[in-house]
Amino acid sequence: MKRLAIHVSNILQLALKELRSIRADPVMFVLVAYTFSIAVYTVATGANLEARDLTIGIVDEDRSDFSRSLLGVFGPPLFKTVTLITPAEIESEMNAGRLVFVLEIPPRFQADVQTGRQTGLQLNVDATAMTQAGNGSIYIQQIIAQEITNLLAGREATSTLPINLVTRARFNPNLDSSWFSSVMQILNNVTLLTIVLTGAALIREREQGTVEHLLVMPVTPVEIMLAKMMANSLVILVAAALSLVLVVEWLLGVPIAGSLSLFILGAAIYTFSVAALGILLGTIATTMGQFGLLAIPVFVVLQLLSGSATPMESMPVWLQWTMRIFTPTPHFVVFSQAVLYRGAGLDVVWSELLFLATIGASYFAIALMRFRKVIFG
Amino acid sequence: MTDTVPVARLGRVAHRYGQSIALDDLTLDIPAGRMIGVIGPDGVGKSTLLALVAGVRIIQTGTVHVLGGDMADPTVRTALVGRIAYMPQGLGRNLYPTLSVLENIDFHGRLFGQDAAERQRRIDELLTATGLAPFKERPAAKLSGGMKQKLSLCCALIHDPDLLILDEPTTGVDPLSRRQFWDLIDTIRARRPGMSVIVATAYVEEAERFDWLIAMDDGKAIATGTAAELRAKAGEASLDEAFVALLPETKRNQHHKVVLRPQPFTDDPTPAIEAEGLTRSFGDFVAVDHVSFRIARAEIFGFLGSNGCGKSTTMKMLTGLLPASSGTAKLFGQQLAADDMETRQRVGYMSQSFSLYSELTVLENLQLHARLYHLPKAEVPGRIAELLSRFDLADVADARPESLPLGIRQRLQLAVAVLHRPAILILDEPTSGVDPIARDAFWRILIDLSRDDGVTIFLSTHFMNEAERCDCISFMHAGRVLAVGAPQDLVRERGSASLEAAFISYLEQATGTVRDAPGDPVPASVPPQSVERARPLRRFDRGRLWACSRREAMELLRDPIRLGFAFFAPLLLMLAFGFGISFDVENLRFAAFDQDNSLESRQLIESFSSSRYFDERSPIRSATELEARLKSGELQLAIEIPPSFGRDLQAGRVPGLSIALDGAMPFRAETTRGYVTGLATQYAQRIAAAHASSSHAPTAVSVETRFRYNQAFKSANAMVPSVIMLMLILIPAIMSAIAVVREKETGSIANFRSTPISKFEFLFGKQLPYIAVAMVSFVLLTILAGLVFDVPIKGSAWLLTLASLLYVASTTGFGQLISSFTRTQVSAVFATAILSIIPAVNFSGLMVPVASLSGGGRLIGLALPPAWYQPVSVGVFTKALGFAELWPNLVVLAGFFLLFLILAQLALNKQEA
Repeated sequence: MKRLAIHVSNILQLALKELRSIRADPVMFVLVAYTFSIAVYTVATGANLEARDLTIGIVDEDRSDFSRSLLGVFGPPLFKTVTLITPAEIESEMNAGRLVFVLEIPPRFQADVQTGRQTGLQLNVDATAMTQAGNGSIYIQQIIAQEITNLLAGREATSTLPINLVTRARFNPNLDSSWFSSVMQILNNVTLLTIVLTGAALIREREQGTVEHLLVMPVTPVEIMLAKMMANSLVILVAAALSLVLVVEWLLGVPIAGSLSLFILGAAIYTFSVAALGILLGTIATTMGQFGLLAIPVFVVLQLLSGSATPMESMPVWLQWTMRIFTPTPHFVVFSQAVLYRGAGLDVVWSELLFLATIGASYFAIALMRFRKVIFG
Repeated sequence: MTDTVPVARLGRVAHRYGQSIALDDLTLDIPAGRMIGVIGPDGVGKSTLLALVAGVRIIQTGTVHVLGGDMADPTVRTALVGRIAYMPQGLGRNLYPTLSVLENIDFHGRLFGQDAAERQRRIDELLTATGLAPFKERPAAKLSGGMKQKLSLCCALIHDPDLLILDEPTTGVDPLSRRQFWDLIDTIRARRPGMSVIVATAYVEEAERFDWLIAMDDGKAIATGTAAELRAKAGEASLDEAFVALLPETKRNQHHKVVLRPQPFTDDPTPAIEAEGLTRSFGDFVAVDHVSFRIARAEIFGFLGSNGCGKSTTMKMLTGLLPASSGTAKLFGQQLAADDMETRQRVGYMSQSFSLYSELTVLENLQLHARLYHLPKAEVPGRIAELLSRFDLADVADARPESLPLGIRQRLQLAVAVLHRPAILILDEPTSGVDPIARDAFWRILIDLSRDDGVTIFLSTHFMNEAERCDCISFMHAGRVLAVGAPQDLVRERGSASLEAAFISYLEQATGTVRDAPGDPVPASVPPQSVERARPLRRFDRGRLWACSRREAMELLRDPIRLGFAFFAPLLLMLAFGFGISFDVENLRFAAFDQDNSLESRQLIESFSSSRYFDERSPIRSATELEARLKSGELQLAIEIPPSFGRDLQAGRVPGLSIALDGAMPFRAETTRGYVTGLATQYAQRIAAAHASSSHAPTAVSVETRFRYNQAFKSANAMVPSVIMLMLILIPAIMSAIAVVREKETGSIANFRSTPISKFEFLFGKQLPYIAVAMVSFVLLTILAGLVFDVPIKGSAWLLTLASLLYVASTTGFGQLISSFTRTQVSAVFATAILSIIPAVNFSGLMVPVASLSGGGRLIGLALPPAWYQPVSVGVFTKALGFAELWPNLVVLAGFFLLFLILAQLALNKQEA
């Protein structure tokens, strides 16, 4: 019991020291503040994957009132420019990537439609523009169908289908991408900064030789490691919670459906496992430069293959399993999405938390092994 | 030969680093053709003076003339550096640790444009003279301190300089190597009598052998003249004491002579420390080889030996930091065990370099240690106050150690080490680099600790006068203890004049058996050097550029982490990106809440489950279940069919069909909605067609969508060429950014500053290996694209290769540009990563076509190479475009390469600020 008290006291003292070190490093502080505020905001409001600002060209061989009217319906924000081109230009414009869509309207199109003769439009799509090609062509088809219906009915027509289809997007009714990207950016920051902060804290001790000093004192490697992980995780968790409340909920107006404290609990378990990973990398690299070289690929893999960038289901099955078994990030992404967007409770997400804890414990065990081996020589 | 013209003239030179003044209005003429010693403790401006004379630092104020030329004039300086050799401070700072002895000297020879035969001749001569010949294949990192310094000297002397500048060449070197080093310098001077040598040293006793001395303090020369003149001026017998006497009065007053007191008598015969056959090996290298000794209680035990002889390793084993390979170590008769918290309480340790937290204040450091050693809470403030006054730290209690002079920092380290009242103190070179006055102050504390508190002190040192103060000393060399005993006994035993002479005689005895007397390095056969006058230096020299490339490539190939990053990271990241950034939405998990259960409703569900985009799960039974399963993320799509769906449809009453989808990931939801609308419409049209009576005739207009360039509409086809674009900026830029900054960190940048190599040769030379490495990655990435992602090159592979070559030339240039203004490797890595990833991912066509961008994003994109390479990569891979369409992009890429090269040259300074 007394030993336990000593362990706890040592960990707290060392963690306090870590916090002081972080405070004394203004660069790290600015980095944390920046990534959790400005970066989250810019990513949420800036880059997005919605189909918008499309570039479309129209080859008008009909030259009817209808074909001319089509020029007017492709407007912002969905479309950036509508260009009238000749058939000969299709190839070069699409090759150069200046136009992603080219709609060809054949001669006598309006007349054919009005007399009920079979006719067709051709839509050329540059399928190398993946974010735009698929959804963009669906939108264009819908717009054209609506216009043709209008043309035939002479007025705004209602649905001609025998079914009244109502699709509702749950948890994000307007499919606003900032809801998604802002929260995912926070998750990415948690991953990146936990690795960098914890790893750098160890490398700094190794470079300055202070770790040697720690080891001659009556403290154990486990205490040193836990203190580092706790202190750095704490900073990240506070920053993430503030960012979620202030930037995401308040500034960007994204509703948080679930319990913030549940999210923090999950994030704490997650940072524990990623901090262990940071320590592990810190034992492999001997200088900050080497640490950077190691950390970047690790981070990119963790992020891109976690389901926080694009749907997990579209990855090959073997890769999905590899990521789920060996890395904690996919579980954290699933957990966060369930809690923050869908308001899921502990009854729903407990299994993901269990996964996180198990993977975290294995990371910790490996890191501790390396830590003892490398630092003790 | 005594020249009347001084070799260097300094006129009112002042130099400051931020607030601290390094040189203070110094005017000085340094006579030529002699051996000049610059003496004084650390931080008085010796290094700055030497760097200014060598031309590696920018002159802030004042004038510096060297060898008759004005060092402020760039053309004069460039011509002069070919006649000056500069060896920076620190052991082997201008060496490349992974390169062998031979390769290091060879590189320097190439820098001075010597041909293979000449290099061979000079290298042989230098290696023989220095006794390094048997070790020429050994990497510099594995040399002892003394050998490193000899190798550095070889590198400096390869071009027969007229002025040799050595900054503390013997600090941290054992006495024998030190003596050999100076003998070597004498030999060289005998051969080239016209050569002037300027040496800075912290060992005042070494200065006896110099022809002329400059004693410095606080950025000023406090005295100049021969050693005899200085002694006479101060009226002291030894130079060490003369130096103290010459100091200004305020400083001198702090000085008190160290008085040794007799050891207290103890009746406990158990030694405080006992080592028996202690051995430690690292791989096949035996660092400590069967070391045995005993240290009695309250004794001051000194450990002497060169850097790398095993002193620190032995000390670490005694603290329990490092487990011994074999042998035993006992403290107070108890065997040392790892994780033994009891012994740790009884030992205080001070490591060689400063190892306290520089981000905590003096007080905070003391408090942290007090708590970790679990001093009773009530005692802590009193104990800390006591230490602050005893170690004279009260004034700096709230300062951070980094802002304090070395002497005070060492006192703080000692205060921390004794905080928990250990019975044993283990101090690893506690006074290295500390000035004489502070050193004596330190020693007075040590003697008090030993004599008054009965603390056993085990320390290592390079200073002979400190060794003389120990009760017992031990000489160590190459992992072995040569002798143990009281200093005066050892002197008597060897019949030597001094302790230093005794040590040297032990060393000679120990090494004499290993190699032939390197103490006599002057083969009489070596003729005086024929005076081949320095050849005119060319502005551009292919040999120098090649020397730079060759060395960079060798270093890269010997660094597993960088090499792994260069070759392995692009492939790993390509897999991550290729699979990770996929816009294929497939296998969507859906379930139906069928309240109708009619033929029509089953047909509807069937139309979903038969699509490859959807993956059916067990049916939903209630509205609450629907809610719960969507919430848990188990379902991404739920179809709710109302009770009378089939009947209504039959009757033409337009039934409602409600579909809920998970909007958590908007891109996926948007695509899903498209699929759903399409499927439901098709279904409805089939129903409508089946009803002959229906008025809902299918429209006669079809919209035929042609997916060009990527008929299968597969993400990989589009993403993989763009990811190659990303990989070929990220990795090569980071690699080349590190290349320059690394030299700044390790100190080998001094070679760039002190040799005739031009900025262009240096930068482009370093860039070439990285271009080559990046081209190898390009080939590997292309193979990976074909094999794993099934994305073959449709167009011309040659065109793509040419474009990639231009692209990596520009991206490595981008890295070098960043490295010219970053200071540390870590900032170079992260700055390059951020600066290249953001534009490459967001504004270069990877996510959104550049044509769709507007404003700032578009400008940022077009201002960097990736946006110009992406169309080439995608164009050649998927569109089979040719030179006719792509030549403008190639021209722009080549332009970026030139631009970055020019900018990096402008940003890189040949001199240090």
